[in-house]
Amino acid sequence: MRLVLVGTSHHHAPVELRERVALDREQSAALAARLAEGGCEAVCLSTCNRTELYVACADPESAERAAVAALAELEPAVEQALYRLRDQAAGLHLFRVAAGLDSLVPGEGEILGQVRAAYETGTTGMLLDRLFRQALHVGRKVRAQTAIAESPASVSSAAAALAEQVFGDLEGRSILLVGAGKISELAARNLASRRANIAFVANRTLDRANELASRFGAEPLPLEQLGEELVTADLVVSSTSSPGFVLDAATVAAALGRRRGRQLLLIDLAVPRDLDPAIHDLDGCYLYDIDDLEAIVAETLVGRRREAERAESMVAAEAAKFHEWHASLDVVPAIASLRARAEEIREAELRKADGVLGRLDESQRRAVESITAQIVNKLLHLPTVRMKQAAAAADGVVYAEAVRHLFGLGEDER
Amino acid sequence: MAELFFWPALLFYGEAAVGYLGEARHPGTAGRAATWGVRLGWLAQTALLVYQATREGGFPWGTWAGSLNLFVWLVVTAYLIWGCRRSFRLLGLTVMPFAVALLVVARAGGGTGTGSRSQYSNLFLVLHVGLVLVAFAGFTLAAGLSALYLWQERRLKRRETTILRRPAPSLATLDRLALRTVWVSVPALTLGIAVGIVRLIADGDRIDALVAATVVTWVVWAAYLVLRSVGGWTGRRAAYLALAGFLLVIVVRLALPATHFA
Repeated sequence: MRLVLVGTSHHHAPVELRERVALDREQSAALAARLAEGGCEAVCLSTCNRTELYVACADPESAERAAVAALAELEPAVEQALYRLRDQAAGLHLFRVAAGLDSLVPGEGEILGQVRAAYETGTTGMLLDRLFRQALHVGRKVRAQTAIAESPASVSSAAAALAEQVFGDLEGRSILLVGAGKISELAARNLASRRANIAFVANRTLDRANELASRFGAEPLPLEQLGEELVTADLVVSSTSSPGFVLDAATVAAALGRRRGRQLLLIDLAVPRDLDPAIHDLDGCYLYDIDDLEAIVAETLVGRRREAERAESMVAAEAAKFHEWHASLDVVPAIASLRARAEEIREAELRKADGVLGRLDESQRRAVESITAQIVNKLLHLPTVRMKQAAAAADGVVYAEAVRHLFGLGEDER
Repeated sequence: MAELFFWPALLFYGEAAVGYLGEARHPGTAGRAATWGVRLGWLAQTALLVYQATREGGFPWGTWAGSLNLFVWLVVTAYLIWGCRRSFRLLGLTVMPFAVALLVVARAGGGTGTGSRSQYSNLFLVLHVGLVLVAFAGFTLAAGLSALYLWQERRLKRRETTILRRPAPSLATLDRLALRTVWVSVPALTLGIAVGIVRLIADGDRIDALVAATVVTWVVWAAYLVLRSVGGWTGRRAAYLALAGFLLVIVVRLALPATHFA
C-alpha cells in the first residue's frame, strides 16, 4: 500500500478558489467512499484553509489521478494550485497539519478537531487508521509539551486573556458592552465562553442593544446611563462607531469612588476610539485600545512561532516512526515467510530424527525442542533486523526479493 | 553532619533563586527546575532542623541565628503552598533570594550547627516563639504576594506586550491571597505576643525594644486588616502597606536580638 496526498491550502490558493473546493461533512464522506472503491482507503480533510485527499492504494499513480480528477470536478482551476505528496512526505504533512504547524496561526486548536472529524468520516483501513491515529496523537502531544497553543491568537481572545490577568477566573464577572455591533458580539461570545456574565449592553439605539442583550440575557441600556453601571461592572468592552469619546475620564473617576477600590478593565475596540485615554491614568483602571491588543497578539504570535520550531522536531520524529512502520509493511510478508520456512525445516528434521529422539524422556525432548527453536531464532534475528532497517532506508523491497530468491520462498506467500 | 543538610539546602535554594530569575526572562524549563530546587532544598532544610532538634534536645531556635534558620524554613514552607503552581512561580522571585540571604546570615551567626542544649524546650516558649515566627513567615509571604501584585500592576499599566506570555497570577488573586495570609498571620502574632506578655509579667521582666517593635508590627498589620475590611483599601495602596509592614518584620528579625528570655 502506498500513501498519496493531493490537496490545496491557504499557502497555494486564495479564498475564492478554496471555497469552491470546500466540502461539508457529508460531501467529504461521500468523496472518500468514492475514492476508496476498488480496495483503497481514503480520507477527505476539508476546512476553510484546506481541502486535502489522503488515499492509500496499491497503485499510487491511478490513486493520484483519481484524487486530482475529483478536485478538478469541483473546480477545474484548482488543478494549478494542487500539491501532490507521497508516502513519507504525505505522512509528515498530515502530522504538521494536525499539530497546527501548517495553519495560518501556528498551533491553532480547531484543526485537531477537524482532522478527527475527517478521520471519522473517511473510509479507512490499516494504513490510514494508523496514519490518522498517529496524527491525532502528534497534535495532542505538541499542544501538551510545548506552549504553542497557550497564548491568544485574536484580538477578542487577547482581550479575554487580559481580563484573566486582572480578575483571574472570569466566572460571574460583570461585563458592560458598549456598542451592539458584530465586534461587540464576538467579544461577548469569547467572554461568555469563559463564563463571564454579560450584564449590560449599552447602545445609542436601544433596539439594537435589546437585540444583542437578549442573546446573552443582559440588560439593554441607553448610552446616557453608562456612568451609573460603571459602579458594578468589572470589564467594559466598547466598539461603537461614534466619532468622539463615549466615555470620558471624569465619568469613570466619579464611578471609581463608589467601587471601593475594585479594578476596572476597559477594552476599546473602536476606531476612532470610544474611551478617553486619560482613563488609563486613574488608579485601578486599565485601558487597552485596539493597537495595544494587536501588539499583544503580535507578540504572542512570535512566541507561538518560537514554540513551533520545537514542535517541528517532535513532528519529524513521529513522522520517522510512521515511515519505519509503513516501510516495514513491504518486508513483513517476506520475514513471515522466511520464519515459517525455517520452522517447517526444523519440525521436519525433528520428525526425521524421531527414531533417535523417541528414546529420550519428556524433559530431554523438550530441551531438544527448545535448543533447535533457539538456533532458528538466533539465525533469523539479524536478517530480520537488517530487513526492517533496509525497509526504512527504501531498500526493503530489494531485500525482500533477495530473501525470497535465496530461500526459495513461494510466490503464493507474497 | 549538619553540614550535610545545610549545604544541599543552600545550594537548592540558590538554584531556585537563579531559576526564577530565568523564568522571569524566558518562562519554561528554568521555572520547573527552580520549583524542584525549592522542594529539594526544603527537604534538606527540614532534615537539618530535625537533626538539630534531636541533637539539642529541643527546637533549635534558642539563638538569634537559630531562630532565623527556622524562620527561613517557615517562609519557604508557606511559599510551597502556592509556589509550585505554574502561575505562581514568579512569587519565587520575591521569596527565594530573600530565603537564601537569610539562610546565609543564619549560618554566619552559627544557627545552622549544633553543640548547645536548647533552652526552648519549654512549651510556653515554644508557643510564644513558634507563633511569632509563623506570623512573621506569613507576613513575609504576604509581602511577596504584594510585591508581585505591584509588578503585575505595573506591567498592566505599562501595557507590556509580553503580559500574556509570562504567566503570573491575576491582580485579584494576588490581592485576595495576600489578605488571606494576613488574616491567618495576625491572630498567630496576637496569640504569640499574648503568651509572651503573660510570661513577661510572670517573670517580672520589663518591656524591651524587641517587645515594643513586635507590638508596633502587630499594630501595622492589624491596621492593614482594618483598612482593607472597613476602609475599602485594596490593590496598590494595600500592597504598599504590606511592604511597609514587612519592613518592620525585617527590623524585628534582623536588627534586634531575637531572645529576651533567659
